[in-house]
This record gives sequence, C-alpha cells and structure tokens, in this order.
Amino acid sequence: MTKKIDEALKIGAEQIELLEKLCNATAVSGDEHEVRQIVLEAVKPIADEVKVDALGNVLVTKLGTGENRVRVMLAAHMDEIGFMIVKKHDDNLFAFECIGGIDERQLPGKAVLVGRDHLPGVIGAKPIHMTTAKERQNKISVSEMRMDLGPEIGDKVKPGDRATFATRFEELGPSIRAKALDNRFGVAILIELLRHAPENIDLLAAFTVQEEVGLRGARVAAYAFDPDMAIAVDSTPAYDLPTWDAEDENVQYNTRLDAGPAIYVMDRATIADRRIVNLLVKAGEEEQIPFQFRQPGGGGTDAGVIHKTRSGIPSTSVSVPSRYAHTAISIARKDDWEHTLQLLHAALRRVTPDLIAGERRD
Amino acid sequence: MIDLSELLKEMLSASGLSGFERPIREIIKKHWEPLTDELSVSKIGSLHGLKRGQGAEPRHRVLISAHMDAIGMMVAEIHEGLLRITEIGGIDHRILPGQPVLVHGREALPGVVVQPPSHLLPESVGDGPVEMKYLFVDVGLRPEDVKEKVRVGDTVSYAQQPLDLTGEAMAGHTLDNRVSVAATTLCLEALQNRLHDWDVWAVASAQEEETLGGALTSPFEIKPDLAIVIDVCFAEGPGSNDWSSLPFGKGVGIGYGPNIHPALYDAFEAKAKALEIPYNRDLMPKMSGTDAMAVQIVAEGIPCAVIGIPLRYMHTPVETVSLKDVRRAGRLMAEFIADLTPDTLNKIRWEE
Repeated sequence: MTKKIDEALKIGAEQIELLEKLCNATAVSGDEHEVRQIVLEAVKPIADEVKVDALGNVLVTKLGTGENRVRVMLAAHMDEIGFMIVKKHDDNLFAFECIGGIDERQLPGKAVLVGRDHLPGVIGAKPIHMTTAKERQNKISVSEMRMDLGPEIGDKVKPGDRATFATRFEELGPSIRAKALDNRFGVAILIELLRHAPENIDLLAAFTVQEEVGLRGARVAAYAFDPDMAIAVDSTPAYDLPTWDAEDENVQYNTRLDAGPAIYVMDRATIADRRIVNLLVKAGEEEQIPFQFRQPGGGGTDAGVIHKTRSGIPSTSVSVPSRYAHTAISIARKDDWEHTLQLLHAALRRVTPDLIAGERRD
Repeated sequence: MIDLSELLKEMLSASGLSGFERPIREIIKKHWEPLTDELSVSKIGSLHGLKRGQGAEPRHRVLISAHMDAIGMMVAEIHEGLLRITEIGGIDHRILPGQPVLVHGREALPGVVVQPPSHLLPESVGDGPVEMKYLFVDVGLRPEDVKEKVRVGDTVSYAQQPLDLTGEAMAGHTLDNRVSVAATTLCLEALQNRLHDWDVWAVASAQEEETLGGALTSPFEIKPDLAIVIDVCFAEGPGSNDWSSLPFGKGVGIGYGPNIHPALYDAFEAKAKALEIPYNRDLMPKMSGTDAMAVQIVAEGIPCAVIGIPLRYMHTPVETVSLKDVRRAGRLMAEFIADLTPDTLNKIRWEE
C-alpha cells in the first residue's frame, strides 16, 4: 500500500503540465482570477467542499474517514508579484507601480504581459550609446520606466490593469525555468495532495490571495477553517551562489538546490511549532526523503498570520527551494518539488491527535 | 511576397554574435539565394549577394551594406556550474539581470542572467547596479554537466522571444540590425520585377559591433562605385528625445554628416519626396556609428549614403521597431537603385 502511494506521488508529465499552466497564468496580488480558475477546475471533482470567500481565497475541504481526525490546514498562496498600470502618457507609454517585493534593477529590458488579455509589451531602457559612464553607476528608477505596447494601443490598456513578466515556462534538464514558481509550486503541491489525500485527517486546503502584499488572504482563511494545525507550503529563495571573490564561504545561502524541501524553524514572522517540525523530520528520515532546514532569519510565509489566528494555531512552513524568486525568471529543481510533495504526504499520514494534544513543546 | 514579420522572426531566431555570424548567415543565404545571381562568403564572414544589372558591361556597382552581427556575451569563467560573462558589443549591464539567454556550448543551453543577492557582492555595490563581472549565467544544470557542456569562450546570446506590439511594431533582441538585413531582402525582392542598369551587391556584413571588419573588407573586394549603408537609428522614446532621435514609425532616417556624400543625401531625399515615402533627416554631426565609418574610407574612398530605421531601446533585448519603416527603407533603396543610370556617377560630385 505504501509503495502504491509513493508511486502516485511522482512528478510526471501531468504534474508538469499543470505547473506550466499555473506559472504562465497571471495572478498579481489582488487579481488572482486566472489561477483561481485553474485551481477550481482541478479541485472541484475531488473535494468534499469548495468555497470562494470574500477576499477570493479558494477554501477546499477533503474529509478523511477515520475516527478523531485532526483538522490540518495547508496554505499555498496563489498570487505573485507584478505590476499595476497607473498612468497613460501622451506618447502611448504607460507608467506603472510594482506590487510585492520587486528589485527595480530587475526591470529594464523586460517583456511583460498586460491585462486580462495578456497584451505583450516591453519595459525598455535608454540606448547605452546615450548614457554616460557615470549614469550607468546609478540604477534606473521605476518612475522613469514605461511600458510600451506599441503606437496603436489606444484604450486597450487602462490604469488599473495588472501586468506580469512575460516569461514562458520551460524545462532545462533537471530544472524548471519560469516566472512565479513562488508560489505556483505550493499551489500545484496542494492540488496533488488533495488528489491523494491521506484518510487519517481532514485536509483543509487554502489557496490564498494577497500573500505578497501582507499575508492578507491567509488570515481570514485560517479563521474560517479554524484548524488544529497548519503548514504553509511555499517557495523560498536558494541563495546557493558563490561569493563575489569566490574566497569567502557563502554562509547565508538560506536554502540550496538539490537539498530537498526546506523545513522552517523560524523566519521573521513565525517561530515554528517544534512538534510539527519534528513530525516532518521523522517523516523524512523514515521514508528517506531528502530535506533541509531553511536558515533561520528573514522572510515569511502565510504561516506568519495563521499561527496567530483565533487562540493560536500550531504552524510551520515547508518550501520548495528556488533561485531568483521575485524576478522575471526563477530556476528550481524538479527533484526538490517532488521531494516536497512526498515529504508533506508522509508527514500528513503520520498526523495523530496526540501530536498537538498537549502543551507546545520545544 | 515576403511576409516581413515572419522573415524577421526567423532572422531573430538565429544567433550570430560579432565574429560568430554563421547561424544567421545561413538563414540569409536561404532567403537571398533566389533573389541574387551569385552568393559568396568573404574571408571575414560577410555574405555577398550579387544581382546583375541589365546595363551594358562594364557595369557600375552599388553596394548595400547591412550588418548581420549581434551584440551579446561570452563565457569568461565557470564557477560551481555558474558562468561569469563578458560583453561582445556595447551592453549596459543594468539591463542584464533576469534576462533569458542561450549559451552556445557543446549544445545550445537556455539560461538566465543572475544578479546575486547583495550579501554575496562587495559592500560597495549596495543597492546600486551590479557590474557585469559580478553577474552569472545559470543554465539550470548541475555543475558536472555544465563542465562537460560549456567552455570559456562560448558565446551567449539574448533569447527574448519577439513580441508583436500594436501598430505593426515588433519588439525583440537583435532587431539591430536584422531589420536592415530584412529591408535589404525586401529591396532585392522589389528589384526582381524592375530593370536596373547597375550591378547590385547586397552585403550582410560581419563584426560591425566590434571591429567594423566586414565593412572594411567587403567593399575592398567588391569595389563599388557607391554604397548604401543601412542600419538602425535612434527612435524617440523614454530617455531618448533629443535631436538625435527620430519619431517612431514615422519614416526612415536619411543620414546627414561627414560619413555621407552630400550629393547622395540629396538624391535619397529627392527620391523619398518624389515617392512620398516618409523620412526624416538623421543628423550625424561626427561619426555615424554605422558601417559607413569604414566603407567610406576603403581603398581610394567610396561615396556613402546612410539609411536608418528608427528603433527604440537599442542594444536591449526588447528593441522595438515599426515594420512600416522597414518596408519604407526597402522600397526607398529599391527605387533609388532602379533609377541608377550609367550617367549617375557624374551627378555624385562636389559643388565646386
């Protein structure tokens, strides 16, 4: 039986196709429509209950069958960083604002897709021939940048329209190159876990909105579900690059590619409940699934608000490591994705009422 | 009829960095083969296409020089499976982070240009632009595979897919200068149904972005009486609105300055006016920044005209051009060439 489940929890063509669809969709915080549609289509046939709440979260319940089932919430945010068009100028060029944490140095010279119709455009840059060496020592600010959709864009684009990087999903050997792997990985994993939901728990899957602008969806989702425990499933940066002079060791790598799912002990927003961390470790060790600990420090996930909801919900996070999050193109390993799915499933299968029955333990 | 959009997209799909033009040269060969009488490749890698005129021998020769090479990068070092890069041609390092690229190793490897996080860079960088020497290319392979497939010296080209914008605009990398090669192709196509006295030598020149090597050597071999250099010029756009930029999509540039023979300028202007082809005078007070800098001083000197196709965001992977201007440039050159007579050279002279 165990063997059978493991066979099912593989990343194959079907899973890659779904992730591709999710990554190529546009879902800038506050306008998660496209990803929500994909999620609804995927979960409706397999769920016991599906709700879209006031903020646009998709709340999916998949009931188990045993006695004394623990209510386990998994949260994966659907939204991604991106842009909003804020002004049309006379020359048919558009000013825009960034939504979510975007380094403006990542923007000049990029292709974008604007609005629900995904109209192609570009963020240009002044020709190098017209710049001075001194000028090139300063970064180009967003306020100087424009989106250009061609001279006859007319009113096909309006202030308020969202935009994303135009990056298309691609497989590179053992890796995936795409935009928004943060957090379409999480969305894809939750869908897969719903398809193979363990019978010992009630699985409460929250596909959340507005994570990138302040974890807003997860707060109300956790309130509505009122779970016994929660795990946020996200994607976290792998800063596993050499230092600039290649002499110093890189001691702040956060996570590394090929090292498996990243288990959170502490980030800026959450001090994880050790009982869940230990459960994940046990599952990984017993089933020989590789995992790593995310280096404690900055950053945060939906768990940051979930663990403080109602009278408190034991929580942690598990992330797929990915390089270059919050830029046009991220790179991550298929193996890390698969191991994250398998680790979560193995942990969920091991959840018993005892796990969170007593006091919080260190 | 050539579908210009398709032709351009095919030309953008091939790399061909300065000194490494073979991939694009093969595509141009395919398109010029039916439009010319002879094709040859110069020692430095420029493609020469001869379309013979119908005039009596010995015929005069007109050269069209459109550089086919592209700016890009080269692998400078390999470290833990990541590639350090250096530039070929002029690239503003500020546009590189996050760019999709293709690494031309033992096989073509898609990758991305990486800006490492601040804590892995010298403190002096802060949140300012990151110099090229600190950037990496990541091809998504594990270090042992990278070692096998990539060497120092391999070229790295932009890989942004072309985009169709509104108003017959196209955005993509290397539109500088594939648009001029495309315009030259349109010109050759237009000449199929026209009588022309002169021999036409279409040249897709090599190495404009680095050495002007193609533009210095092809005219020496061909010995043209006149040369038309076609290249992109600056279009008005964000950060580019002074006298040196021409309106976008509102006509071709006709170059004016020391690289250009004034009588040829006059002839092109007159032709554009007569045919009501929109144009703007493109002032080039010093060097033109085109093949004409070289062509003009080959052998005993060659009278040059410079035709420009206005382009936004030059040398970025999202260069943007109006297809209308590409067609105009092709037509203007064809009309000019069809009108050349055995007597024309007598009119290309100085005032005194």
